[in-house]
Amino acid sequence: MLQSVSDFLVITKRQLLQMIRIPEVLIFATIQPAMFVLLFRYVFGGAIDSGVEGGYVQLLMPGIFVQTVAFTLAATAVGLAADMQKGLIDRFRSLPISRSAVVIGRTVGDTLQNVVTLIVMGLVGFLVGWRPSSGPIKIFLGFLFLLAFGYSMSWIGVIIGLSVREERVAQNLVFMTVFPLTFLSNAFAPTTGMPKILQYFAEWNPVSTMVAACRELFGTENVFGATANSWPSQNPILMSLIYMFLLVAIFAPISVRKYVKVSK
Amino acid sequence: MKSIIAHELVKTYDKGAVKALDGLSLEVEEGTVLGLLGPNGAGKTTSVRVLATLLTPDSGSATVAGIDVLKHPDEVRKVIGLSGQYAALDETLTGWDNLTMFGRLYHLNSSGAKKRAEELLEKFSLTDAARRPIRTYSGGMRRRLDLAASLIVKPKVLFLDEPTTGLDPRGRMEMWDVIDELVKGGVTLLLTTQYLEEADHLADSIAVIDTGKVIARGTADELKNQVGSERLEITVEVEQITEATKLVEQVSGVTPSVDLGIRKISAPVSNGSASLIQVLRLLDEAKIHPLDIGLKRPSLDDVFISLTGHVAEVVVEPEVGGKNAAKRK
Repeated sequence: MLQSVSDFLVITKRQLLQMIRIPEVLIFATIQPAMFVLLFRYVFGGAIDSGVEGGYVQLLMPGIFVQTVAFTLAATAVGLAADMQKGLIDRFRSLPISRSAVVIGRTVGDTLQNVVTLIVMGLVGFLVGWRPSSGPIKIFLGFLFLLAFGYSMSWIGVIIGLSVREERVAQNLVFMTVFPLTFLSNAFAPTTGMPKILQYFAEWNPVSTMVAACRELFGTENVFGATANSWPSQNPILMSLIYMFLLVAIFAPISVRKYVKVSK
Repeated sequence: MKSIIAHELVKTYDKGAVKALDGLSLEVEEGTVLGLLGPNGAGKTTSVRVLATLLTPDSGSATVAGIDVLKHPDEVRKVIGLSGQYAALDETLTGWDNLTMFGRLYHLNSSGAKKRAEELLEKFSLTDAARRPIRTYSGGMRRRLDLAASLIVKPKVLFLDEPTTGLDPRGRMEMWDVIDELVKGGVTLLLTTQYLEEADHLADSIAVIDTGKVIARGTADELKNQVGSERLEITVEVEQITEATKLVEQVSGVTPSVDLGIRKISAPVSNGSASLIQVLRLLDEAKIHPLDIGLKRPSLDDVFISLTGHVAEVVVEPEVGGKNAAKRK
């Protein structure tokens, strides 16, 4: 058991070392969401009448945080696909280490990268007027929620990365699926403008429940999700926890099985 | 004692449509080197992947260092080293980072991993490059580091999958020296290669594989003799062809074939270099100065074409070769 922990920590440490050896990767991974904050804040912010105190940016920040951590899936998928392609996974599999070490190490490493990204985004948000009003404990819980969501999404990335085995395919596949998921939600605009069927989808979309949960934790009224009195929009925090639990409970075992069986 | 035994391994893909391994069997005596020789797609890499626990065969059995590969893969992983044809390292990290990481994954403690990394970098002449990212390394350096990573715990059995494919001649020679050194240390080595020359240089015995089966076994010499001997080839001025042909016939004992267009005389010879010296001496006495002279050894192509042509007749028992073959060099 202790050995397994030390195995996955070595893999996680490898990712942190990568961040040090090529800082450009982390810099760009951070610039992109920071840019999104600025674009959305100034492009949509002027057009959308949010009706909340402090303006659109209060609603935007939770949305963009959730979008960013949802894309942890991409980092995991692309990273693992690259390791597959290069034969590094083969080498790891030939070592006497626990079967889950590589995938756990990966998902934890990607989550640690999120810590840095979220800090930078939070600061940029603050500069352009984001003022969470719920007090330090709830704000901290909000960020913890975001990291946990990123971590659970990361497990889907493991399966994608090990299945497609090619960096570029992984990238395209992830963008094609995660982008619609983040836009078919209450993250950036009210769901009331959507066709009925999409509204229904948006209500149950884990991205929406996450955004709603974060708005609650950061102290902003979720005026974008109030279209229906559906259960998920009434109980976003509980629903998000259920989603996260389900993601890990379903995808983590499949991922480990996949890793054990995977062959180039 | 046999260090590696593979028995009737079968591995198919696409629901049996592609047979990567088709009843492959082989044995490697402890402390010896087996060269697995074959063209691309013959099943070399698949064999290594099965023996190194990366791939589960459809049927068949295998033991490595006396441990059942299918029943106790975790135990096998503790005693093997694997180095692939593509250097499987983290390119963004330095040589040092990679070796200490793998050291930790082999469960050395922190200082043990560092000490071992230092030793290996020194041994493979990579100390100067230790703090540079792998992506700045030359092909030869990458392979050496890849090999170093497979030696962290001094494995009992080492698998090298095409260790020199894609290297330039210098890189290949350096790699050969390193492998020679390892073999002297007593490791059991299974090496795959597309090059007869390489198998010849490094292996005690050779198994030729094609379409997932071993089609011939023996020492390099035995295999070459099955194909036919070396050929002596000389090129001379037009007016000297007749005389030179006589001299070549005198040495080889058979009528040489002569290509007048390119002025080349060639004949099979049994004891290559001795014949070459003899012909040179005779030519010199006759004041004939050849434009070109040399021995053409059977290439893998020759061996292979000949072997796949008549599979049934060529199987030689592996024990015949034994350890002396490699020492011949």
